[in-house]
Amino acid sequence: MIVHTPHPNLPPPSTSVGIIGWIRKNLFSSPLNSVLTLCALYIIFKYVPPMIRWTLLDANWAGSTRDACTNDGACWVFIKVRFHQFMFGFYPASEYWRVILAFGLIGALIAYLLIERTPKKSWVAAFTIFVYPIIAFFLFYGGLGLPVVETYKWGGLMLTLILATIGMFFALPFGIILALGRRSSMPIPKALSVVFIELWRGVPLITVLFMSSVMLPLFMPEELRIDKLARALIGISLFQSAYMAEVIRGGLQALPKGQMEAADALGLSYRQAMSLIILPQALKTVIPGIVNTFIELFKDTTLVLIIGLMDLLSIVQSAFADPKWLGFSVEGYVFAGLLYWIFCFSMSQYSQRLERKLHTGHKR
Amino acid sequence: MKKLSFIMVAVFFLISASLAAASTLEEVQKRDVVQCGVSTGLPGFSNPDEKGNWTGLDVDACRAVAAAVLHNADKVKFIPLTAKERFTALQSGEIDILSRNTTWTLTRDTSLGLNFTHTDYYDGQGFMVSKKLGIKSAKELNGAAICIQAGTTTELNLADYFKENKMKYEAVVFDTSDQTVKGFEAGRCDVLTSDQSQLYGLRIKLAKPDDAVVLPEIISKEPLGPVVRQGDDGWFNIVKWSLFAMINAEEMGISSKNVDEMKKSTNPNVRRLLGLEGIKGKGMNLSDDWAYQIIKQVGNYGEVFERNVGAGSPLKIKRGINALWNKGGIQYAPPIR
Repeated sequence: MIVHTPHPNLPPPSTSVGIIGWIRKNLFSSPLNSVLTLCALYIIFKYVPPMIRWTLLDANWAGSTRDACTNDGACWVFIKVRFHQFMFGFYPASEYWRVILAFGLIGALIAYLLIERTPKKSWVAAFTIFVYPIIAFFLFYGGLGLPVVETYKWGGLMLTLILATIGMFFALPFGIILALGRRSSMPIPKALSVVFIELWRGVPLITVLFMSSVMLPLFMPEELRIDKLARALIGISLFQSAYMAEVIRGGLQALPKGQMEAADALGLSYRQAMSLIILPQALKTVIPGIVNTFIELFKDTTLVLIIGLMDLLSIVQSAFADPKWLGFSVEGYVFAGLLYWIFCFSMSQYSQRLERKLHTGHKR
Repeated sequence: MKKLSFIMVAVFFLISASLAAASTLEEVQKRDVVQCGVSTGLPGFSNPDEKGNWTGLDVDACRAVAAAVLHNADKVKFIPLTAKERFTALQSGEIDILSRNTTWTLTRDTSLGLNFTHTDYYDGQGFMVSKKLGIKSAKELNGAAICIQAGTTTELNLADYFKENKMKYEAVVFDTSDQTVKGFEAGRCDVLTSDQSQLYGLRIKLAKPDDAVVLPEIISKEPLGPVVRQGDDGWFNIVKWSLFAMINAEEMGISSKNVDEMKKSTNPNVRRLLGLEGIKGKGMNLSDDWAYQIIKQVGNYGEVFERNVGAGSPLKIKRGINALWNKGGIQYAPPIR
């Protein structure tokens, strides 16, 4: 009996596997791509080595005055000397632990909630939402035996994070309520939601902040003076909830009508239908939009510099004005930019993970 | 913008009645801290140092008031303000003194419900040229290329000055002051123009600061000084005389170092300033040693100037017209008697 043994597979031609194959396939697959690759390589070789030289190889790290910066590269001494100020603003150094504790606590709580299969999640979540803000307030501001640190001393990354987290904390629930209100069949909630959303979306954030800082105090009696930071926070929260509402409304509209009808058919109440059927699906669909709004909010906090709040960017800028350290603005901006990038990039990474985790075949 | 300021003024007058009721001095004493509006960062005038303490000429004006009123120059709450919100912050009572390189003009003095107390720095637009050009006076700048920041009154002043002197120039416009410096350094222009107080700061940003000189001419008047709310003359007097005390102290040779010795002086002028005889602090409802506290804790005007912007600082601004009246400048304070 003749047994047919197929010839063993030949290895693919050397031009299509390995490094050469990869390069051919991805970089030089057509004349146009070859030209583009060469251009890109030229740009990389022209600009990346000097950048690395400036930021790392020729940079100055040691010392504590500008005289220590003798090399041609970046003078990171400037950042080193002012690092605490960039982190905490004018917060007294002896009270730094309070800020670190407050952020450490929220970090731990969020981590606990994000890690899968941790017990008693709902209790921890309730603690985070209802109890933590009170603890954080006393830690940041003082009271209950802790010395009071007024908000004009808050600054740097700490203020940026406070603005961003409180903004997000309020924007999401308000956004959901507004989105449901706008889709509601009841005329009054609908009208109120529409007016609110369109009003806040219609003005730029700068205007909101400016009004809160410049016009509002003039209209209020002298005895009733709301803190500048609080005014800015209210402005940012209301502004962002309007945007959030529209993002979530997008998710609600993406759901087929049948979902709601099925919920009705099962005899679920409106609240049950929303919390069990509609919102979980709608929110999942718009994760990219929600995270987009969060990242935008995080970066928008820099706008508070026009009302003289010393967030990360503006405290870095005010450091440029120190006569002892004039002329180091590039270092300052690179540092601030890096920090903003780290935070925004982590948020986008987390959202991608969340999307993968919640993936139930609803997207292509 | 005109409309906006009209509304602001109208609103101010509506609420001014309630503001005038409480005396700022009493409020400050009750609060035990002076609220002072400063800039968000201007080299030598108000900027946070490495430890987060505010320093500068504008800052010291407020510290002097705190020393006079509360006997402690550190009892000041510094509130950084942008140019747009500075007047509102004062009108609404968020701050007691606005000391934020604010130019004293007729419009501001008369239509915003504010009072300018005195000039603590006579600023004005000047020119910086590179040394190798050998230019000694702004009159030699005919045909020069001039680096300038866009959208400032500087542009207007420059045009006026060259027109008046029948000279020609070519403007090289940049968006930010940092870019302007870079342009000057790269040789895009022969001259850089800005307010003189800022020229010295920009000069440090050059790779070789010694290669550039600031010309002596000033082509515009920018008197800067602390501002208070209108309608509280007591507070207005305190802020004004705190400055006068510093200027008088310099004139009499009293500094933070020798003020204790000077208490033994027999010169009646010195004794009146230090609260040992004469009217003392009565007219202002302050303690007798109010001026002593200012000089002891903050220093005299000369010390404050040199420490923040003059020879003792990296800026090295010359006294120029900010010298005392008897030393070739125009800083002059009424006598204390």
